[in-house]
Amino acid sequence: MGQDKLKHYEGVLSAVHTLEYPYTRSVGRVIGTFLAGLREGRILGIRGAGGSVLVPPSEYDPVTTESLTEMLDVGDTGVVTTWSWVEAPRAKHPLQKPFAWALVKLDGATTSLLHAVDAGDEKRMKTGMRVRVRWRAERKGGISDIECFEPAEAKS
Amino acid sequence: MSTQQGRPLPDPIKMVTIPSRLDYTITPGEAPTRFLRGILEGRILAERCPKCGKVYMPPRGSCATCAIPTKEQVELSAKGTVTTFCVVNLPFYGQAVEIPYVCASVVLDGADLPFFCLLAECPVEEVRPGMRVEAVWCEPSERKPSLENIRYMKPTGEPDATYESFKEHL
Ligand SMILES: [Zn+2]
Repeated sequence: MGQDKLKHYEGVLSAVHTLEYPYTRSVGRVIGTFLAGLREGRILGIRGAGGSVLVPPSEYDPVTTESLTEMLDVGDTGVVTTWSWVEAPRAKHPLQKPFAWALVKLDGATTSLLHAVDAGDEKRMKTGMRVRVRWRAERKGGISDIECFEPAEAKS
Repeated sequence: MSTQQGRPLPDPIKMVTIPSRLDYTITPGEAPTRFLRGILEGRILAERCPKCGKVYMPPRGSCATCAIPTKEQVELSAKGTVTTFCVVNLPFYGQAVEIPYVCASVVLDGADLPFFCLLAECPVEEVRPGMRVEAVWCEPSERKPSLENIRYMKPTGEPDATYESFKEHL
């Protein structure tokens, strides 16, 4: 916007407006079990058609549409399959310092979970890197029970 | 139910509450800004279309029918006529007024568009289309650039307006 345009708008009112509402919903047996698992510090997947393991779990197989029931624990370490660096996190982001949004394929899973990776520096991020869950000390049964992932070699 | 590895599964969580939140910065634009600055002084500044003559309250800066700017300001009195209304009897989340209350569509004298407002100081069963009402303003010290400065409309006690006089504004 040019300086003239800005002058033109001087004196026009503006106000911050927040639209907020709590949205309560049922999550169903499969996601409900997944969330309860997170509270216990476990990551649960579900056996899909053809031996795949879906994490996060879904109630139906995405290819065959058959109903799925067999839930199983997967590892809390995995591999970054793709990622995007966030240089300037926003207030509601999981980390208040630069981090990566990444798809993480956990050991034992065939699909990837979207979460934050605290790598400290973009230069450290790469596809194929091994990461480990950093659990939140106080867990409530939500995806943010996983605080983030961190490079796996950091605490080995 | 247990996992393949034999560890019992936790009892599923049934409900989750996810707060949805959007933060906006609202910029009403020039015409609504003039209107809101007027409201701050207890004045109602509408705008007239130079072509069709319709008076917009609140003004949007242009005529919705003729698609041309409405530059002429028209000061209206804070008196008007109820066109339609609804009685709110159900409590709901975020409600600001005690039920039952009346939300009315009021067309101010000289305006061509009704606006929504609270109607009070009147038993709900007595509210009717055609009822003459006037604004009850906030104290000047409480005023903000907001239509909420009109706390509510109340009956003036004048004889009802005829249906003919407001049928165009329903
Ligand atoms: Zn017009």
